[in-house]
Amino acid sequence: MRNLLDTRTLDRDTALRILDVAEDMSDTQSREVKKLPTLRGKTVVNLFFEDSTRTRISFEAAAKRLSADVINFAAKGSSVSKGESLKDTAQTLQAMGADAVVIRHSASGAPRTLATSGWISAGVVNAGDGTHEHPTQALLDAFTIRKRRFAAASRGRDLTGIRVVIVGDVLHSRVARSNVWLLTALGAEVTLVAPPTLVPQNVSQWPVRVLYDLDEALAEGPDAVMMLRIQLERMNAAYFPSEREYSRRWGLDTLRAQTLPRDSIVMHPGPMNRGLEISAEAADSPRSTVLEQVTNGVSVRMAVLYLLLAGENNDERGGVK
Amino acid sequence: MGARSVLQEADISRALTRIAHEILESNRGPENLVLLGIPTRGVALAERLGTLISGISQHPVDIGSLDVTMFRDDLSKHPTRSPRPTEIPAGGIDGKTVVLVDDVLFSGRSIRAALDAIQSIGRPAVVRLAILIDRGHREVPIRPDFVGKNIPSSRQERVNVRLREYDGAEEVTIEA
Amino acid sequence: METLVITGAQLLGDKSADIVVENGIITEVGTALSRSGARVIDAQGLVALPGLVDLHTHLREPGFEASETILSGTKAAASGGFTAVFAMPNTLPVADSAGVVEQELALGEAAGYATVQPIGAVTVGQKGERLAELGAMATSRANVRVFSDDGFCVFDPLIMRRALEYVKSFGGVIAQHAQDPRLTEGAQMNEGVVSAELGLTGWPAVAEESIIARDVLLAEHVGSRLHVCHLSTAGSVDIIRWAKKRGINVTAEVTPHHLLLTDELVRDYDPRYKVNPPLRSEEDVLAVREGLADGTIDIVATDHAPHPSENKACEWQAAANGMVGLESALRVVHQAMVQTGLIGWADVARVMSAAPARIGMLKGHGTPLAAGAPAHIALYDPSREGTFTTADLRGRSQNSPYLGRDLPGRVEWTIHNGLVTVESGAVVEELGTRDRKATK
Repeated sequence: MRNLLDTRTLDRDTALRILDVAEDMSDTQSREVKKLPTLRGKTVVNLFFEDSTRTRISFEAAAKRLSADVINFAAKGSSVSKGESLKDTAQTLQAMGADAVVIRHSASGAPRTLATSGWISAGVVNAGDGTHEHPTQALLDAFTIRKRRFAAASRGRDLTGIRVVIVGDVLHSRVARSNVWLLTALGAEVTLVAPPTLVPQNVSQWPVRVLYDLDEALAEGPDAVMMLRIQLERMNAAYFPSEREYSRRWGLDTLRAQTLPRDSIVMHPGPMNRGLEISAEAADSPRSTVLEQVTNGVSVRMAVLYLLLAGENNDERGGVK
Repeated sequence: MGARSVLQEADISRALTRIAHEILESNRGPENLVLLGIPTRGVALAERLGTLISGISQHPVDIGSLDVTMFRDDLSKHPTRSPRPTEIPAGGIDGKTVVLVDDVLFSGRSIRAALDAIQSIGRPAVVRLAILIDRGHREVPIRPDFVGKNIPSSRQERVNVRLREYDGAEEVTIEA
Repeated sequence: METLVITGAQLLGDKSADIVVENGIITEVGTALSRSGARVIDAQGLVALPGLVDLHTHLREPGFEASETILSGTKAAASGGFTAVFAMPNTLPVADSAGVVEQELALGEAAGYATVQPIGAVTVGQKGERLAELGAMATSRANVRVFSDDGFCVFDPLIMRRALEYVKSFGGVIAQHAQDPRLTEGAQMNEGVVSAELGLTGWPAVAEESIIARDVLLAEHVGSRLHVCHLSTAGSVDIIRWAKKRGINVTAEVTPHHLLLTDELVRDYDPRYKVNPPLRSEEDVLAVREGLADGTIDIVATDHAPHPSENKACEWQAAANGMVGLESALRVVHQAMVQTGLIGWADVARVMSAAPARIGMLKGHGTPLAAGAPAHIALYDPSREGTFTTADLRGRSQNSPYLGRDLPGRVEWTIHNGLVTVESGAVVEELGTRDRKATK
């Protein structure tokens, strides 16, 4: 695997491979010595143009548990302030000898620009680009769903027949996009629920169903309900009238959570707006996988870094056209 | 083809039976034994040895597998490998006699990696090594405790082990 | 000035003829012509077109000389077969006064490669708040008749109304960049299937169409003339068709890139394809081609927009909008419209020379290839095939979406006012004995 830029171009076999290696990584995390020497001598750079402590720490933990060296590079890069450009930053990293660059950027497509520019020879992992994709988030979500459903028999299994409902600001959500492509590639049935203003106009070709009514979607008893974080700034841009109305119509409150089948899970990529898109009770219930998602995130990211850096880098391509 | 047969089905069976007895003798009985097979074929061999040992001693033996991919020192020289499962028996390995089981011992690097892997899991009292074929050409100071057969070989030759669990046949061949 | 005898050219792709140029004028068109001491240009197999006229070019001078200067831009124009270009006013300072437009005119004259006709801004600083001194620009030496805030939409309907009314006093025309700013805040590409996947904020077609609809009604109401810049959507074509049927005095232009390229090219986030208005869908491309063929769209205009490499070698969001287009325009129109059988060479002469000159009221340009007309001629070889490369670019910037793409044809000769500016496909470096101030 040369880069991991998106799940849109990630084929089913490569996706399953990542999930299965993540199972092995997960197993090592329950040993006394959690560290593996596998990526000793490799340098992983966290290039975060957007603030994100959780994701950065998750990648850092993943790299360190594989004994890689980690360099954290918090760069200011907005198109408004012409700070150090992406190109200049990339060339600096190349000069520092980075083997992999984990990049989070506010501009959709920035990881692809970085990977195809010829400025660096390091492999690129997209840790979230604008409103485009967040592939490792989708992978850890798929891992979590699979693990909850199949437990120790997870290896090699896909998500055929599993029904997932994704609720929230799909228009601006890279988590939603990545999950749409990955979950459907793994055989799951995906339904999107959102106010009409927060669904892109042209999703008729997406392999999903779109509903505006959350209760209608929940009445079908989905296996997993994934709540997306709603940003309050959207209210000021007239996407919805008020927090109260949003919460009433599209929030997973306690009552709605209780109507779910016994084995259904409630997911959230974090950070949560407790009381807005998800009630505190739903977030803390046994159905909730919020904390497991965090733990699984480290295993999945270990798998991604391993597949990116451990072998010969030339042939395998996953997630890149 | 040029592949020369060095062990047939009956030879393999006899070698394993002998090794089973040697393990019991060296351990003074079946207590505290944990057999860990190294994937792929070491796992089947460990199962067979486990069955033999518990048959001879009328005492159960813990059997598991130990994948060493993450601990290899030659990863960047090959296409990325997918690791296999590591299954440590419920009783763990602390204070036990761990016998690593593999099919062919060559450079010894796999076993070195296995020793590193063991270190991250626990602290056995003793670690021993049982292999079906020792073909020489060690690159690290590793020596086996229990050997099925020593086969002198040149570096360029390939030693192929076929076991019924994976290959539908039982044979060890060597080819140029 | 040397006398030229062009032999064996196919006039507008049709009949073969010879053309004689003396003292900057076409003096004779016929067969077996000759003049003693004349320079003979063998035009066997070449299509003769009247010198092309671009109603929409960004020459970047004054203020942005790193991207382009009037000298480099007119060289690029000549290499594309253009003998006149209208220079958009989004310079620094903005061309909203007589002083700046006269400076541009002078620089164009000094360069000599093509006639530079300045376009004046509609509002002061293109800010959309107060009308600029349109009258002063009209009566200046630059003789401005076309006014535009291109780059920005004249969004305030009252200002647009006033501008349309005001230019009636000297027969001017307002050229609108139709883009509702509220519907396109933060927009990065066409709003469609691709933008939904790529997570890039969309620029919906309705943001162009709603402004055009408003403006044609305003033009009708005040009895004035409107020109629509870089029209890009199927809906816009429908609105113009409706307006013309209704007798509204409106003209429209389309760029070569909107005749050929779609938003599918954006999938790799390559900023070479970032432009405003954005590349649209396949349906839109087919509709604007049809519109150009049936006359709903009057002309092709390049919207040549040079940018330095650092403004394109970056992530999409940070990249500037725009493509250079002077060097490739005729070849793209050849591929998209002539090779597809939608129009012929006579139509090319109309949409790329006669009509732009007429709309921009530029005398002495867009004239036919006939005796008595000024000698503005382009000789084009339609039989050539080749990959478009940076070697084909003549301006200062390289932001072309056609690099690496196969385009037909090549401009072999361009003649401006009887002076050869391009010979055998190469721009002439020293133009005769004209005085030329060295520009940066």
